[in-house]
Amino acid sequence: MKHLAEYRDADTARRLAAEIGRIVTRPWAIMEVCGGQTHSIIRNGIDQLLPPEVEMIHGPGCPVCVTPLETIDRALAIARRPETILCSFGDMLRVPGSREDLFAVKAAGGDIRVVYSPLDAVKLARATPNREVVFLAIGFETTAPANAMAVKLAAREGLKNFSLLVSHVLVPPAIRAIMLSPGNRVAAFLAAGHVCSVMGTWQYPPLAREFRVPIVVTGFEPLDLLEGIRRTVVQLEAGRHELENAYPRVVNERGNEAAQQVIAEVFAPVDRAWRGIGVIPESGWRLAEAYADFDAEQRFDLAGITAVESPLCKSGEVLKGGLKPNQCPAFGKECTPRTPLGATMVSSEGACAAYYNAGRM
Amino acid sequence: MTLHGSPTPDFTRFTCPAALRDRPQIVMGHGGGGALSRDLIEHVFLPAFGNPVLERLGDSSVLDVPGLLAGGGRLAFSTDSYVVRPLVFPGGSIGDLAVHGTVNDLAMSGAQPLYLSAGFILEEGLPITELVGIVNRMAAATRAAGVDIVTGDTKVVERGHGDGVYINTAGIGVVPPGIDLGPHQIRPGDALLVSGTLGDHGMAIMSVRESLEFEAAIASDTAPLHGLVARMLTACPEIRLLRDPTRGGVATSLNEIADLAKLGLEIDEQAIPVTPVVANACEILGLDPLQVANEGKLLAVVPAEAAEAVLAAMRAHAYGRESTILGRVVADHPRLVVVRTAIGGTRVVPMPIGEQLPRIC
Repeated sequence: MKHLAEYRDADTARRLAAEIGRIVTRPWAIMEVCGGQTHSIIRNGIDQLLPPEVEMIHGPGCPVCVTPLETIDRALAIARRPETILCSFGDMLRVPGSREDLFAVKAAGGDIRVVYSPLDAVKLARATPNREVVFLAIGFETTAPANAMAVKLAAREGLKNFSLLVSHVLVPPAIRAIMLSPGNRVAAFLAAGHVCSVMGTWQYPPLAREFRVPIVVTGFEPLDLLEGIRRTVVQLEAGRHELENAYPRVVNERGNEAAQQVIAEVFAPVDRAWRGIGVIPESGWRLAEAYADFDAEQRFDLAGITAVESPLCKSGEVLKGGLKPNQCPAFGKECTPRTPLGATMVSSEGACAAYYNAGRM
Repeated sequence: MTLHGSPTPDFTRFTCPAALRDRPQIVMGHGGGGALSRDLIEHVFLPAFGNPVLERLGDSSVLDVPGLLAGGGRLAFSTDSYVVRPLVFPGGSIGDLAVHGTVNDLAMSGAQPLYLSAGFILEEGLPITELVGIVNRMAAATRAAGVDIVTGDTKVVERGHGDGVYINTAGIGVVPPGIDLGPHQIRPGDALLVSGTLGDHGMAIMSVRESLEFEAAIASDTAPLHGLVARMLTACPEIRLLRDPTRGGVATSLNEIADLAKLGLEIDEQAIPVTPVVANACEILGLDPLQVANEGKLLAVVPAEAAEAVLAAMRAHAYGRESTILGRVVADHPRLVVVRTAIGGTRVVPMPIGEQLPRIC
């Protein structure tokens, strides 16, 4: 594939892996924050090329995985209402709520549509004025601009039947929470290239300084990941802790300022619960006051819905890097992709599903 | 003149459609077994599928299998039901699928397909012209495949209880003497062949169903494969096993093969044939071409020493031009399908769970 093949070259990959092997002198735990990177590492077998000293820890960067159970239950409640159409990205449909998933509600007659863009949901709201169209707006900084645009568009058109169930999460507060968590082993981070393409890299140097931790902005193809890991190891071995951009073909320091502007207008920071991890201060976005009319939580009075997670599921430990997926007692037993206890087993970006599907038992 | 605008005029099959004129849509009565049913048979099905056996209009048909069974041949029998939205798509229609699917199921046992049945479940309100269009395509497919539809049935369900048309076909064919395909024949060291590019059908359906526009139109690969199979069996009667990787894609078929043979399969990521447009579409949607449906491709397990001869025979056939060696059967990791990744790692190909879900980012 043009523009991709050059980042998948086998010889270069082996050369980079060998280079990492040459420079590493002692064990390092490196966290890739983003679920897309976890997926690529496992799918391509990148961790198998790395020297034993370099341990990849899979971070909480799969938006499906960290969406709190409560939000899923609220989405299910919305989808059960006869007057609503719930629009969602595809991989949210199989995420288990407290009792069932969106597939089950759909089978029972709920109107649930898989969309590829929040703008499709706006289109649907326009076309079905007598139905309430709700978009399940999850994701990191990457999906926020399009979700914000959808709200602005709906506001401009005066659509009264469109709303968002928002559960946006942010990378920098998650990095802070991991560094502050007791027993943390993470010595360096690969920052998610897509997030930085929107937000730029300016948020990261203060974190690198405060926690004395190298942060390398990294892409998603095999060579991108290996180069990101190589630069991280170089910093660790030299005792440096800086922000480095190993993904300059996509990311610059300032990011996409137009997108950041739309986000700042439509969303406001909020303390957010991460599934399996708990509440992280200022780690998410909610709709800003000016757009509160588009908030599905207010429109459908969902505050009464709370949820308790399965005690068997250790996805929180997995997401913080304390456990490898296959070290969880329920992994492959009570918890499989067919019978997931936690979202990390559901999304193909989830660390547990990535391990299970690649046969890492 | 042709029946309601069939693409290729065929005067030999013309009957007057006047009887259908006062009913431009399917009504419940078309499934009632009375005069309206008779109208459908006389004015839609017989003109399309007409042959001496079908024209007897019996409840079942007794068939002369000319001399083949006496010579040691064996009867193959298969059935499949077809539900697809939209009914007509780039490269084919539900009618093509209904013929090719059952023809291919028979061909995978090494059989020469002979006779099909066709059961139609029609939704009230379906325009007759649409049914005629599908039936004509189906008839063209039977002629191209050299099979006859010799018995049939029609039911009508209320509006809202079907997707326009569901079709069930069953088929019988004769397996020539000396041909015995099955997982019990598979040995470690056997070669695994595939007859062409993967994922074309599934992505063609997805692109029209979800109104996704890729850089070039993707057409379904729906095709009858018994001619290709006959060539392959002539080149090597000792072919171990054949599979057509339809729903669930190659990943499903490979897992079934490994499971039934109690052996491992190893495939080379770089050998997986995918057209650039399908590869890009899968990349964008986060889908795995190995899990996407095909309707005109086959997998073959053949003795290693015969692999080149079978490959040459496949490439000489219109439906096998892009055949290639995908991998091999191994004694290691029984029941597991393992991919050697381009950069030298490995991963297990899991059995897909349900339908593939597009990823969030």
